[in-house]
Order: sequence, then structure tokens, then C-alpha cells
Amino acid sequence: MLLSDAHVYKKYEVKHIQGDELVRIMEMGLTPGSICEVIRRAPMGYPMEIKIRGYLLSLRKKETDAVEVSPK
Amino acid sequence: MSNLTINVQKELLRQPSTIALVGNPNTGKSTIFNALTGLRQKIANYPGITVERKMGTTIINGVLHKIIDLPGAYSLNHKKADERITYETLIGSYDHEEKPDLLLMVVDASNLERNLFLASQVMDLQIPILMVLTMSDIADERGIRIQSQQLSNVWGVPVVSINARSKQCDLQIKQALVEQGVATPKPFQWNPSKPLRQAVERLDREWLSEHTQLPERARPIEALRLLAEGNFEDSFYQYSEEGKAKKLIEELQNTLEAQGENPTAAEVVQRYRFIGDSSEGSVTKEQRDEQTLTDRLDNVFTHRVAGPVIFVLVLLVMFQSIFSWATPFMDMIDMLFIEFGAYVSSSLPAGLLNSLLVDGIIAGLGGVVIFLPQIIFLFLFIYFLEGTGYMARAAFVMDGFMTKVGLHGRSVVPLMSGFACAIPGIMATRTIENWRDRLITIMILPFMACSARLPVYAVMIAAFVPDKRIIGFLTLQGLVFFGLYLFGIVMAVGSAAVMKRIFPTGKPTPFLMELPPYKWPNISSVVIQSLERGKIFITEAGKIIVAISIILWVLASFPTYEPTANDLADMDANRQMSEQMLSTLQLNQSYAGNFGQWIEPAIEPLGFDWKIGIGLLTSFAAREVMVGTLNTIYSIEETEKQLGLIERLRSEIDPETGLPKYNLATALSLMIFFAIAMQCMSTLAIVKRETNSWKWPLVMFGYMTVLAYFSAWITFEWANTFLLG
Repeated sequence: MLLSDAHVYKKYEVKHIQGDELVRIMEMGLTPGSICEVIRRAPMGYPMEIKIRGYLLSLRKKETDAVEVSPK
Repeated sequence: MSNLTINVQKELLRQPSTIALVGNPNTGKSTIFNALTGLRQKIANYPGITVERKMGTTIINGVLHKIIDLPGAYSLNHKKADERITYETLIGSYDHEEKPDLLLMVVDASNLERNLFLASQVMDLQIPILMVLTMSDIADERGIRIQSQQLSNVWGVPVVSINARSKQCDLQIKQALVEQGVATPKPFQWNPSKPLRQAVERLDREWLSEHTQLPERARPIEALRLLAEGNFEDSFYQYSEEGKAKKLIEELQNTLEAQGENPTAAEVVQRYRFIGDSSEGSVTKEQRDEQTLTDRLDNVFTHRVAGPVIFVLVLLVMFQSIFSWATPFMDMIDMLFIEFGAYVSSSLPAGLLNSLLVDGIIAGLGGVVIFLPQIIFLFLFIYFLEGTGYMARAAFVMDGFMTKVGLHGRSVVPLMSGFACAIPGIMATRTIENWRDRLITIMILPFMACSARLPVYAVMIAAFVPDKRIIGFLTLQGLVFFGLYLFGIVMAVGSAAVMKRIFPTGKPTPFLMELPPYKWPNISSVVIQSLERGKIFITEAGKIIVAISIILWVLASFPTYEPTANDLADMDANRQMSEQMLSTLQLNQSYAGNFGQWIEPAIEPLGFDWKIGIGLLTSFAAREVMVGTLNTIYSIEETEKQLGLIERLRSEIDPETGLPKYNLATALSLMIFFAIAMQCMSTLAIVKRETNSWKWPLVMFGYMTVLAYFSAWITFEWANTFLLG
């Protein structure tokens, strides 16, 4: 499933990153095998705030669509 | 894995050296820079580009060292202008920055893994390093304990843990530099896989070493980037025989894939893997279920409903405070310059030189210095909020709305900087990677009420808006002031929505924004940075303002008016009246007067007279010149007592009607005009440089002037009908 469809307060394992910006996304710590937790969504639904490697990162739909995850 | 033999160097600091601060954004890097350098800073743009170069000096054991605060970066893959500078400076191939002798690698202890990612890239470059751990208190709160000694053993560099918020953080760093020294890390400590290592070596040997001027220690990093990206698009080196390189890279990528490695992901994955594995020995994490301070604050500040409301409240409180706190300081400065002018005027013989000094130079200087309080208060707020971590929340909360109007969450910070000055704001749009988002942000940024408008707003509000209390601490003056800021924002949003339809779509922007932990900022760092902004305003805007004040004095003083016999007879009858009349006649027939009168018919519908007309023209040089101009104009029209500009504007009488010349309608019309008009040649110049064409500054000037004219017209008519009629 995509990170975009993930639920708030749930934890997911990052499976795969796709798209043009995958290096940028991975550099921020979203590497395959890492665990992320969805913290909240912004007032308009996006960006989505996640906790990854102990810090808070926000991503827009375009970026969450590029991240494939599985429930943990 | 562990590297117990650290090759510590301590003698480096015995001679003057260049020390660079490197690190991720939000690590306390700037705080350390400010603590080390204090006010011994030099901030200017790097030539040709618009990234700020922050340089300063510090003394360690009696030796003076240079400190460079390199732009914050997450990676050395150098895609954005500021990241390129960091990378190029580190490898010593940036023409406009000195090659650093040693590095302070700033690492956020509460966010160790991602910070070590950049650190591991930097350490591949083999520059002597002292690793500086910050935010240990936040790590503590989260149950993270870092064994500095372990970390030091893993990476082979000395590590010092400091508290960036303490006043002595510079002493802690200096002491560590003297006692622990620095060490040159070995490259590739992150244990790249054999296939990756071989690919890097081949690319280095067969191509980079022969066909590029890259220094040897920079080639592995460049090879890794080329293997991952496979393109030369954002490469800033002129490569020869690109075709050959492309073939080689493709071949190496295929080999990697055949060996089970994803060439695009390999470097990042392997670095993170090593960081994760190696931190097992040096980091202990306690599982804590209770919410941290950041979690609890975020529940409020980024709440779906409360978040945006709080953001607007923050802005409201900010601008009300700036207005009311700055006023006593401004009154004081105003008084000092009036007293000083009167003193100089009375101690020198009357004549042209006296007039030039008092009415040209001192009045002009006063017009610059008086607004320093507002600028410094504004930046105290901005830097304070940035330091607390709130600015990122503002961007997070607003991004949904910003994308709706064709902007970017990252537009919020440049746009908010635009409240101080459009020029740094436009420069800050560099963080927006997408060209279209960036262009739209630049094009609407001058609508943000910059500090140069404060003078005009402040004078007009104080003179013509009644000082009535509305609710609590809110006054009518404060409300009008806030309304003007809000008006600028509304115009910006509207224009952005239109431009989004007109401008062609490009590649969407990746949005990866960190929300740093909330913390109490280092106040002295906030103060230093705000004072630096004040210094930049005084030295850069001040020069133009004073110069134009002098030119204006010339324009207003020449050709000199020769009193007629009638005038002299009048003067005998009523000395005071005639002197005023003489001054008015002088100004009327001066070059400036002619100019103002020439455009008066065009600006009459807006409620402006020729004196404001002169101001509108001269303030194209910089908006705040408007006040300097009015100051000069009215100083030349000397009354018996030297009144402040505010009093003078209020008491100005229309000679034809005998009524006050300026009223609330004129004031509102003028403020609206200033809220929109592109009255700033410096902004246009920076837009030309940022967009690399005269097209965009011309479009900007055109649409803003037309919009300003009609808005001011409507405002004047409306105010006359509904407020005064």
C-alpha cells in the first residue's frame, strides 16, 4: 500500500520508494526497511506528518504516493 | 568497525585558520556561529548568486580565526544553490569562499541518524573535524543517551556535547578544540559494499581523474552521485567527453544491478545501514510512552482548526507589539534628531551649508535611524519564532492553503521574511526548487508589507487614525496597521491564484519539510541576528536614503527663489507668515516642485497633492524615502518651532479651502497605494538577477503600479463617501 493511504497513529514499514525524487526522500531517512509512524495530517489533508528515525517530517501527497509501505 | 586510533591534531589552531560550520538545518548551527562570533560578523551575498555568506571571527587562545557558517544541508548531492556552496566550499573548489582548514560538524543528538547521514558524506572528504553534538537535553527527554566516546571511536573524530542554548556554548567549543583537537576522518568508514566500492573506484580511475578538475578527495563523492543519478543536469563542472562518461556510468549501473544492488539507492541505503548498526553501541534508547513537550504542543499548534487560528493570532500579536513597543524608541530618536538639527542650525551661520547640513543630511539621517526600532523588533519576533521551531509548523499548517493558491509551504517563510524586506524574501525563495512555484512567490512577495513601508504607515496612522481603544490592548491604530498587512496578504493570494492559471506548469516540487522539536531559543543569538539585520538596513538602505535626501535637498533648494519687493513689504508687516510663504514659493518653483506639479493631475483622483507626488517619485528608490522626502520638504518650509513630521502633516492647511490638506481619506489612499505599488528599484534589481531577465521585473512593476493606482482611487472615493461624508 501507499503511505498516502496510511492511517494516523499507525506504524508502517517502508518497502520501496519510487519516482523522480526517490534519492531526496531516502536521504531524509525513508530507506527500505525503516519504520515510520503517521502522526497527523494538515488542515487540508496534506501535508502528512510522520515520525521517521526519531524526528518529524512532513510530506505532500506527491511524496507519500512515492512511498510504498506495509502495516507493522 | 570501531576505530580506536584517532589521529588527533591540536597544532592546527596555533596559527590563524578558517573554521567552517557544517550541518543540517535546525541543528543550532547558527546559534553556535553567533556565540562564537558575536557581532564580529560580515553578512553579504555570494557574488553572482543570492545565498548569504556568513563570515565572522573568533579568538581561541589568543589566535584570531575565521568562522564561516555554511548553508544548512541534508546531503552533499548539491541540487540547490545553497547546498552547492556547502559542497563546493568543502571540496575547496568554490571561487568565492575560502577552503576551510577544519570543520565543526554540528550534529543534532535528538535526530542522530539523519544528521549522521550528512556527517558521513562530509567525513568522506577528509577534512579535520570536531563533531559537535547539540540538543542533548531534547534527546534526554526522549530517553536517548549518546555515548560520545563510542561515537568518537566509530567515526574516528573527537566529539563534544554542548548546550547551544547556554551562554557559554562558545567556550565549550573553544575548550574542546584546544583539549580534544580535531582529527581527519578516513573516507568510506560506512563500509560500502564491494560492488559499490568497485564501481566508485572504476568511475574515479577511468573518468573523473582524467576528465575533471575535481580534487582527489572529492572524486568518490562525485562518483557516488553520478552512479545514483546517472545524469549531468545539475552538474556545475564542465565535463569533457560526456558521451563517454554516460556510457561508462550506464555500464557500471548495469554491473551493480547484476550484483544485486540498486544503483540509485545503494549509497543512501548503505550509509543509513551503517549508521543504524554502529549506533547500537553508542546510543541507548529507552522506550517512553508519555508524550514529549513537542507532541503536546503540536497537538495544539498543528491542530486542524486551532492551528490556522493560532497562526493568524501570532501575526496579529506580533504586529500590534511591534507598533506599540517601537513607538517610545522612535519618539526618542525623533526628538534627538530634532534637537541635534536645532543645535547645528543655531551654532552655524545661516546659509546654504547650514541648510544642507540640517535639512538635507541630519533630517535624512533621522529618517533612516528612526525606523530601526521597528525593524529590530520585527526580526526579534521572526528569529525568535524560527528558533522555537514554530515557523516550520506555520509552513505545515499553511501548506494546504498555499498549494491551493499556487504556492508552496516553503513560500510561507520567504513571504514572512518579506514582512521585513522583499529582497531577502526573494532571495529566500531559493529554497523552493520548483521554478514556477518560485517565480510566483517572487512575483507576489513585494505585496508583503515590508519594513520600508512601516515608516509611511507609521507616520500616516499616527497622524490621521484616532488613537482609540477597541477591545483590551487593541487600538484602532493597531487594527488599521494589521489591516494593511492583511490587505497585502489578500492581494498576494489573489495575484498568485491568477498567475497559477497564466504561468505554464512545470515539474512539481518535492516537499520534504522537517518539523524540528520545540525548544526555547538562545536569546542572545536571536538578538545578535536581529541587530545584524538592523546593521544591514542602516548600511545598505541608509546610504541610498541619505544620498537621495541630499539630492532632494538640491532639487528643492535650486533654483533659489529671489524675493520680490512685494514679498519684502509683506515680510515687514507680518514676519512669520512671509517666511513661510517664501519657503513655499521656493519649493513651488524648485526642480522638485515642478516635477510634483507636473504629475499632480494624474494623482489628484487618489487625493494626493504635488508634495506627495514628489514623494511618490523619489520613493521609487526605496519606499522609506517617502518619509525622508516629506521630512526634507517640511524642514525646508521652516516654521518657527521645529515640529515633528506627524504634527506638521496634521497642521498642513490647504491655502485655497482653509481646511486641513491631509485627512483620513488621503492617509488611507496613500497607505493602500504603498501597500501595492512596486515602489522599490532594489526589489526590481534583485528580481532581474533571480529570474535572469528584465521581463519579470518589468511585468512586476507594470501590474503592481496599475493595481496600486486603481486600489488607491477606490479607497479614496470610498473613505470620502463613507468615513468622512
